[in-house]
Amino acid sequence: MSVGAIAVAQSRAVSPKQIGIAGIVIAAIAWVITIPPIEVRGMVPSIVLAVIAICAGAWSIAGGERKIGSEAIVVALFAVAGAAASANSATATLESVFTWSALVAATLRYATPLVFAALGGVISEKSGVINIGLEGMMLMGCFWGIYGADLLGSWVWGLVVAMVAGGLLALVHAFFSINLRANQIVSGTGINFLALGITGYFLEYHYGANGTPLNISMVPNVHIPLIQHVGFFGAAFGSANLMTWIGLALVPALTFFLFRTRWGLRVRSVGEKPRAADTVGVPVLRIRYFAVIASGMLAALGGAYLSVGFVGSFSNDMTNGRGFIALAAMIFGKWKPWGALWACLLFGFGNAMSDRVSSVNPTLGTLFEALPYVLTLVAVAGLVGRSRPPAADGIPYVRE
Amino acid sequence: MNLLEEELQAEAEESTGAAARSPAALTAFRRGASGVLVPIVTTVLAFIAAGVVVLATGHNPLSTYQSIFNGTGLNWLFPWVSGAERATAAGNLQQTLLQATSLILVGLAVAFAFRAGMFNIGGQGQYTVGVIVAVWIGSSFAGMPPVLHIVFAIVAAALAGAAWAGIAGVLKAATGANEVISTIMLNWIAIWFGVYCFQLGGPLQNPHTATTPVSSNVVAGAKLPVFWGSSTLQGLDIGIFISLALAVVFSLLINRTRLGYEARTVGFNPDAARYAGINVGRTWIRVMLICGAFAGVAAALDILGWKFNVFTNDIQTSQIGFYGIAVALLGRNTAGGTVAAAILFGALLTGTSDRNIHLSVDPTLVEYLTFMIEGIIILLVSTDVITLRLLKGGRQLRVALKRRPPEQPAASTDAASTDGAGKGGRS
Repeated sequence: MSVGAIAVAQSRAVSPKQIGIAGIVIAAIAWVITIPPIEVRGMVPSIVLAVIAICAGAWSIAGGERKIGSEAIVVALFAVAGAAASANSATATLESVFTWSALVAATLRYATPLVFAALGGVISEKSGVINIGLEGMMLMGCFWGIYGADLLGSWVWGLVVAMVAGGLLALVHAFFSINLRANQIVSGTGINFLALGITGYFLEYHYGANGTPLNISMVPNVHIPLIQHVGFFGAAFGSANLMTWIGLALVPALTFFLFRTRWGLRVRSVGEKPRAADTVGVPVLRIRYFAVIASGMLAALGGAYLSVGFVGSFSNDMTNGRGFIALAAMIFGKWKPWGALWACLLFGFGNAMSDRVSSVNPTLGTLFEALPYVLTLVAVAGLVGRSRPPAADGIPYVRE
Repeated sequence: MNLLEEELQAEAEESTGAAARSPAALTAFRRGASGVLVPIVTTVLAFIAAGVVVLATGHNPLSTYQSIFNGTGLNWLFPWVSGAERATAAGNLQQTLLQATSLILVGLAVAFAFRAGMFNIGGQGQYTVGVIVAVWIGSSFAGMPPVLHIVFAIVAAALAGAAWAGIAGVLKAATGANEVISTIMLNWIAIWFGVYCFQLGGPLQNPHTATTPVSSNVVAGAKLPVFWGSSTLQGLDIGIFISLALAVVFSLLINRTRLGYEARTVGFNPDAARYAGINVGRTWIRVMLICGAFAGVAAALDILGWKFNVFTNDIQTSQIGFYGIAVALLGRNTAGGTVAAAILFGALLTGTSDRNIHLSVDPTLVEYLTFMIEGIIILLVSTDVITLRLLKGGRQLRVALKRRPPEQPAASTDAASTDGAGKGGRS
């Protein structure tokens, strides 16, 4: 069964790394063929593919690519488990879980707040300031977004107020990290507690036991005229929220800003070699301030999506750890906007899957909630170990 | 310059019985004094800042704080409190110390990692797997001899926590995976696994209450003996002594063992440690194992001491891992400091819980006021500069700033500023 792998290797045109990656792909295919729309019944084809993938992984390890090789083996084992789960489920169950259009729509919905916050994390850490406080900044946007939309009567103002609130909290983090040269992880942890306190306190102070009002002006969904009613695309993308599109648009925008503009270069340079940047006249501290505040505003938008965009109300600790997930997505995505987007989509997909599985089998659905975290752990151990944060990330800068 | 060296030198001088008035001893004394003073001033500052918020929103900070204080049960220490008030105070103080019991241990779990230059955000997950194992063993094996049963449950919970944290340690040592992200992931995996175990139809759900997502109750023989207060109404159990004993163990481990020495050295500078012949990866793994064991014991003491069962909702809403971070930071990652900070946070938690608050004060406001106070404390702990300025004035401030060279966030007097996420942490 490893004939394929051996034959490929003997040609010597392929590196162990490529074999390992091929192993990962084959392992993924082993699972994908058992779910709709292909729906191969029975385990045999999947097991054959998985064994090939494991052999490729082993070959890759023997060739010196230990991380990618073990990755292929782990993915293959997951694939066998997934294929076994598919084989033991009725076709109708499979089709109700893997309604792809609904899955895609739900994935986007769950990923949207994460995308904003993860992009915020990218810009802050690119400038050299670790932002563990994303969670707190999201929470600020979550509450003050509702407050602004309620007080000023429009979701637009809600988003503006959310950004101001997130930006102000980020300003505190910036002041501690940049001017006082605090330990940034500790300061960020403080920011999270502070946000939990502030939002809970003012929720009670402004709205009391009744909670936030019901008739909040909410961010509209975008109904795309042509594809709105066209089968898969209509159901998946036809009426996504405006903020989902903004979030997706921000990914190429931030990539362009960071890697193609002068200011983006400056942000990256103060995150990599602040001393050199300072020498050529780049205002290191000011740029870090800008990046941290922008990061807070973005995270706050992500939080505001939860309240003003999706639910229409606020409850205490509403972000419930999403800021930390965004942080993980950013690291998983190797401190790059596109990478962060893919990681957010993975987390969103995990949540969406778990919803669908729960509707069929609640017990199993709970375990599915953990799946994206397991995958991230595996990926962090395997692939991301190679990635590198900005060189000056977390290190305060002192002018000479 | 090299604070580890300085510290070792100071220690050596102490042990050789150098004159107590020598300049080095005086410096060490001053540093020790500021080590106690800074957290206290920090805490006071945080209370004042939060008091301003209370004042600004039209409430009376003094009566609010008085109400919190009476809710903590610390007024029991005043001899003039008597009668029914004294009984209530005793109950509250027991509650405060029960909270402190597990906070001490979760705090130590975070502190030990900090000393080795790692940031253990995974206290929550390690505590959660400890809860699962402790409640499972505590509610099974009904015929076991009591003492054996308790020891078995605590040790098993410790091993479970250690294994959970060990995953992060092994990943860091073997692949360089950043422990911040891996412990966050492990938290969520543990939480969802716990919910799975105790939810309706879950493998460990109480079979007698089919409609409630709760575990079985711990059997009588596995409950920790209560030595102060009612044994049915959450009196104080002997868990607090186990907790304090482990704080002593922590101190010995850090200061008097080879592992502690290696951990601190790795914390100060992993590269230097490697050149000095210390196996850095192995140290990371051992440190995480010990951290997880502390958190696991915390869970066992909570379950066997006063909780006796666990709802899925408890698992999802528990914040103890994050309190642990706050406790460790305020306690400057030392055993004594962690114990003191845990009692402060235990008191805040008890003092602001709904049932203890005087009717004139809105309990929800006070509850979230606590979070604000904690947030401000941690922010101030993240940098000593503000507090130092208040304590010593401007000249010393500039000295303090100069003593923090930019390339070495690790080289600060408190190990909290180790580069858990600096160069070494995220390799």
